Amino acid sequence: MSKLEREAKTLIDLGRSVVEQAISAGANVAEAGVHSGSHLSVKARKHEPELVEEAGSRALGLRVMVGQRVASTYTSDLSESGKRTLVEDALELAQLSEPDEFAGPPDASELSSPADWADLDTFDDRIGEISADEALARALRGEQAAFEFDPRVTNSEGASFTRARGMSALVTSGGFAGSDYGTYASIVVNPVADDEGGKKRSGYHWSASRHYGDLEDSEAVGREAARRTIAQLGAKKLATQELPVIFDKDAARSILGLFVGCVLGGSIWRKSSYLVERTGTRVASDLVSIVDDPLLPRAPGSRAFDGEGLISRRNVVVEKGQLQTYLLDTYSARKLGLKSTGSASRSPSGGVSPSSTNLILQAGSETREDLIKKTSHGLYVTHMMGFGFNAVTGDFSRGASGFLIRAGELAEPVSEVTISLNLDELLQRIDGVADDLDHRTAVASPTFRVSSMTLAGT
Amino acid sequence: MQGRYQAPFAESGSHAIDSEIAGRLLRIALDTGGDYADLFFEYSVSGSYAYDEQILKSARRAVSMGLGVRVMKGDATGYAYCEELSFDAMKHAAITAAQIAAGGKPVAPAAISLREGPNRYPVSSESLEVDGAAKKAILERADRAARAADSRVIRVDASFAENVREILVANSLGHMARDRQPLIRFGVRVIAEDGGKRQSGSSGGGGRMGLEYFEQTTPEWHAEQAVQQALVMLDAREAPAGEMEVVLGPGDSGILLHEAVGHGLEADFNRKKTSNYSDRVGEVVASELCTVVDDASLEGSRGSINVDDEGQLPTRSVLIEHGILRGYMQDRHSAEFFGASPDGHGRRQSFRSHPMPRMTNTMLLAGQDSPEDIIRSVSRGVYAKKFGGGQVDISNGDFVFSLTEGYLIEDGKLTAPLKGVNLIGNGPDAMRKAVMLGHDFEVSDGIWTCGKDGQSVPVGVGCPTIKIAAMTVGGTQVSGA
Repeated sequence: MSKLEREAKTLIDLGRSVVEQAISAGANVAEAGVHSGSHLSVKARKHEPELVEEAGSRALGLRVMVGQRVASTYTSDLSESGKRTLVEDALELAQLSEPDEFAGPPDASELSSPADWADLDTFDDRIGEISADEALARALRGEQAAFEFDPRVTNSEGASFTRARGMSALVTSGGFAGSDYGTYASIVVNPVADDEGGKKRSGYHWSASRHYGDLEDSEAVGREAARRTIAQLGAKKLATQELPVIFDKDAARSILGLFVGCVLGGSIWRKSSYLVERTGTRVASDLVSIVDDPLLPRAPGSRAFDGEGLISRRNVVVEKGQLQTYLLDTYSARKLGLKSTGSASRSPSGGVSPSSTNLILQAGSETREDLIKKTSHGLYVTHMMGFGFNAVTGDFSRGASGFLIRAGELAEPVSEVTISLNLDELLQRIDGVADDLDHRTAVASPTFRVSSMTLAGT
Repeated sequence: MQGRYQAPFAESGSHAIDSEIAGRLLRIALDTGGDYADLFFEYSVSGSYAYDEQILKSARRAVSMGLGVRVMKGDATGYAYCEELSFDAMKHAAITAAQIAAGGKPVAPAAISLREGPNRYPVSSESLEVDGAAKKAILERADRAARAADSRVIRVDASFAENVREILVANSLGHMARDRQPLIRFGVRVIAEDGGKRQSGSSGGGGRMGLEYFEQTTPEWHAEQAVQQALVMLDAREAPAGEMEVVLGPGDSGILLHEAVGHGLEADFNRKKTSNYSDRVGEVVASELCTVVDDASLEGSRGSINVDDEGQLPTRSVLIEHGILRGYMQDRHSAEFFGASPDGHGRRQSFRSHPMPRMTNTMLLAGQDSPEDIIRSVSRGVYAKKFGGGQVDISNGDFVFSLTEGYLIEDGKLTAPLKGVNLIGNGPDAMRKAVMLGHDFEVSDGIWTCGKDGQSVPVGVGCPTIKIAAMTVGGTQVSGA
């Protein structure tokens, strides 16, 4: 048995003992999620180490049902008395809950078993071996590269390097037992430059990966962070107007993140989404196809089974603009009279709800440069601020910064403006999708263009 | 008080921590030559209840406990934590944190004595110790009231969250302090539907208090507020876009102040000179009407604390006085840099995180104008009543806020409700354009949580009615169109 397998067995045994305790205390359904992890996080600032943080942790989350009364509990105290309190509290709280006719575990026939699970290559032994000195050296090199890139980089919020490994196990009274593990390394560089009128501009760039070898070079991250920071110097407001808007990858995935919240089963049965009763209808332009794919090797949101033990599967959410499906766990599926899409996510504190895994807007055929070139006058958005989105109506309005596009080229930097348009309309006005998709984030999109939005400025 | 949830490290607990054990651990932490070390013990119990579709659908409880050890050497911090309070586990954390100062000579910590201040949250009975049926009854009342308020209400969700956080801080300067911080938060959210249109409305509140909160502010009142908001928003029209006069309502609008001004006055950004307020103490940074304070001592407020997470007793900090910048909010590290005294702003999310300068209750004090006169003075503008949240770029003060309830002002009167309104601007710029302040100062009911560097802490905000002479409103209606 490998070290990882032994660790997994320890977590599964712990989960099993809690499930057994809960069942013998009177629960008819018990599900335990056990998490363990460790991380090292360092930060360097202005060529000196600023922070070295290192720790490991373990925690237990339990969900029980007594009849169809549901309760969940969590503890970081894994002593015998801590586990006892976890179980006793759960049973006590379940007495207070009221029966929910839709509550219940998935049918046993739906549960996956080890033979079904794909190897998603999410674990790299090398990451656990990164020492504090090595991590600091990488952060320092990243920051140094930012300072060297341009003399206008005069200050720094620092550069951070983090490595983490985590393992979780799920054991249910319905007969499921499985474990999942992964590693993660990331570097972020955050330079600051002086701008006109005493203002400062901070910017950043980062890289993250499951495998150490896939992480971008520290210097490259630092240089790109500096380039982005400098490019925003002298940013100005624009006059209020209607214009085409290009969302670069980072801004585009933020839009996609709003969309995904509106296709999760919980927001549908709660009628808290503008996409209620919209399956089979047009929700975006023909150029837009969106998939949720937990089976991508080495991707940040990949997992072999979902938070209820169902096998992971690729779900096509939007195909050529048509909404195909919502993302559902067992509960929301029952509420809507549908089948689970294997999208359950179990929080460390024991609650279960649907979530996306790797949610991807599929790459188009044009280049990013093509999209810019075909825009004679427009806004290129690199960054958005604020929380101006109403999921019930789809109304969207957020602060934006980026660049003006003049005659098909990126021109002067822009900040302190808002862009607004209902999300339903926004996605249908997408008239260009670029080919620059990457999988470094769990919600990922290529650059895309929206034919017209309202910009509010001076 | 001997309730069910007691910290194991309390004097009578199973792993009682006294000055002797704390002193031993601090000695280990400074064994490699650190300048300073502290221990942060935390025991936190949270409960939550979700009432949905006319049943109490789920009940949750969570217990989290551990020790965080910090060692400082110059500007560098070593941090480690453990979740077990065995001496070996705590010692291991101390040794890990001490690595930051590798190679130095051992330093002896000062002898420890306990510090105590006034109690800002005297609670007769902590919510967690009260029978769950009482909380269920409150949620039922909110649900009933919301459904009774209007037939267009199609959904009601009500929630109640409770927490008690017990801390013990001991540091190598010889200070030790304990605190037990209760917190409750109630919320109700409704969806109203009319003629195929749907809108949501919400209302909530709470603070460092027990269920007596509901004697002052009833669940029925919150339910009616939520329903009113949803109904008003059903009639909302597209908001104007462009620069105009903006009136911020009392209380809730303090969140704009928190974001746009408060964060830039946290001392860490100023120590690093990455804030737009760096090196500006003594300068005019706001209109002379503006006096801004951060005050941890408001009784029962969500942002109040008796002791900060570095063991410091908080004082009321005057940040801006009649428009002039007076000082920053300090934690211990920054205070040392500025030669100031730490003023109780060192806070952290949990024992898993190191402290930084954070706000408590941030407030813009009252002015002289009547709120009616302020609205009357506006020919065309926007009135901001309720905020959904906001974000700021500390380096230059640029901010964005979204409104959950806002109105058009035409010829000195509130007229149409507006949907999808964002306010965008720059903190120092907006404060210079604060041209009228009401005498109607209010503290916002306790719902706000502040995020910084991935750490969340509860905060309070407060302000009077404020008129800003010009601010960009991000709507969809281009004027003249």
